[in-house]
Amino acid sequence: MSNIIAPISIQDKYADMIRQRENEDGSELSILNLGPTHPATHGIFQNVLLMDGERILDAEQTVGYIHRAFEKIAENRPFYQINVLTDRMNYCSSPINNFGWWMTLEKLLSVEVPKRAQYLRVILMELARISDHLICNSILAVDTGAFTGFLYVMQYRERIYEIYEELCGARLTTNMGRIGGLERDLSDTGFRKLRAFMKDFPVAFKEFEALVSRNRIFMDRCVNVGGISADKAISYGFTGPNLRAAGVDYDIRIVNPYSSYEDFQFDIPVGKSGDTYDRYCVRNEEIWQSYRIIQQALDKLPDGPIHADVPEFYLPPKEQVYTSMEALIYHFKIVMGEIPVPKGEVYHCVEGGNGELGFYLVSDGSRVPYRLHFRRPCFIYYQAFTDMIKGGLLSDAIVIMSSLNVIAGELDA
Amino acid sequence: MTNEQIQEQLLAKFGDNISAFKDEFGMMSFEVSRDFNTEALHFLRDELGFNFLTDVCGIHYPDMETERQFAVVYHLHNWVENVRIRFKSFLNGENPEIETASKLYLSANWQERETYDFYGIVFTGHPDLKRILNMDEMVSFPLRKEFPLEDGSRTDKDDRYFGRIPVNANSN
Repeated sequence: MSNIIAPISIQDKYADMIRQRENEDGSELSILNLGPTHPATHGIFQNVLLMDGERILDAEQTVGYIHRAFEKIAENRPFYQINVLTDRMNYCSSPINNFGWWMTLEKLLSVEVPKRAQYLRVILMELARISDHLICNSILAVDTGAFTGFLYVMQYRERIYEIYEELCGARLTTNMGRIGGLERDLSDTGFRKLRAFMKDFPVAFKEFEALVSRNRIFMDRCVNVGGISADKAISYGFTGPNLRAAGVDYDIRIVNPYSSYEDFQFDIPVGKSGDTYDRYCVRNEEIWQSYRIIQQALDKLPDGPIHADVPEFYLPPKEQVYTSMEALIYHFKIVMGEIPVPKGEVYHCVEGGNGELGFYLVSDGSRVPYRLHFRRPCFIYYQAFTDMIKGGLLSDAIVIMSSLNVIAGELDA
Repeated sequence: MTNEQIQEQLLAKFGDNISAFKDEFGMMSFEVSRDFNTEALHFLRDELGFNFLTDVCGIHYPDMETERQFAVVYHLHNWVENVRIRFKSFLNGENPEIETASKLYLSANWQERETYDFYGIVFTGHPDLKRILNMDEMVSFPLRKEFPLEDGSRTDKDDRYFGRIPVNANSN
């Protein structure tokens, strides 16, 4: 591969600037490659930085190192096989991606999901949000030199994964849910694990906050680093915690509620200056709010079916396929793709770990999408990175990148 | 602000250049002729309050007539009134070209690069129009319908099955 070193076009662009500066005052600029594989970038991104000593004068990102052409693959797969592609976008919070995709389909097919399934989805999505933010914030602490906090909370991500395991058998790429609801109810062990998590998590997380949030070194590294104004953040297409840190209370769960979010009480934390410390604080508070939502959902969890009555889209139980004629027919039709779907275009978005995760689906009535576009929040806001690090120090760039929570899988799709 | 009001104002401003209004799954969508996409975006942003460009992407319709073989799709969101709309601009199949929106919304920059990368749609006036997710040496546009997906039944790892050679990459 030719671009392990800086791509030629970027080298040429910077060569002129280096020459010019050398002629002006004799000082020497240098080009630094941060990435593609670098322990501080948490994923495969390359940043070509033009440096004057420790200071960054200009930067350019090259992305696409794990591009897997999901949108192309999706055009060749039946709807239910696309779910496994969505897992692999933001792999820190795969259930949100999964349910976002099912909800898009449910919108297209006009399927009403029963309350119990909606509440369970909310619980799982909020657990996913907790694990996503937990990783982002604890890794941010690691990047500023505080390793202990990370170790305190890491086991709680593990416990969230164990709850996923109880539902779907997988930990990271969950493939949860089906059209119309969930593939199975959370087991008794699952509920026990969930209750135990709810009991233990606040203690550990408070400890983490006590250790990191007001830590002198951490604050020195984060306060007033990588700030962005609300106007600029909106123009750059920021959504999610990064936008809320800049002071805009835009949250899809409030703006376009889905999956019964309107039934729950929760607050939207906002920051002020949009700097790294605000992003950290907003994520921390969102973890508490997610915790609050899970508590309410658990308390109010209704009984009832866990999937809608849509036999033409929801696979029948396997034992029925062998004994009942109807189940056999539906099973065959679903697997062989003989069920027509409505024609039309639908856009659905959910509040992902990083912001507005959108699915734009163009259906021509066949079993595969005519076009499926993923609106990946990371991809859209990562272009602001150059602006945010320009003029700063190299060590600040690392912290800013970490606090933006750029996930390579989502960035490159 | 209702969809009817938006439609009225747009028709009063652009007349025949805006057409095909319809409501799909709660979102209004319409078509804007190719030459007026930035003017429409400008009007929508400054007069009608659509402050947020949610998404830009392309679609390929190889079976349509030449004038309508590509479409660029814009999703916009008005945060004050909480209204979402979508509009498409159809482009010529041989020479897909449209004006860039990156001067109005900074977020359009990479999204248009992605659209160029996938479909070869040229955004005139774009500050840095080059491939973003695929390698620079690639010469074809992978999300066009004629571009084949990897053959699922292949038994080896020949580059031809990935569509890389002989026509897909510059030899130097």
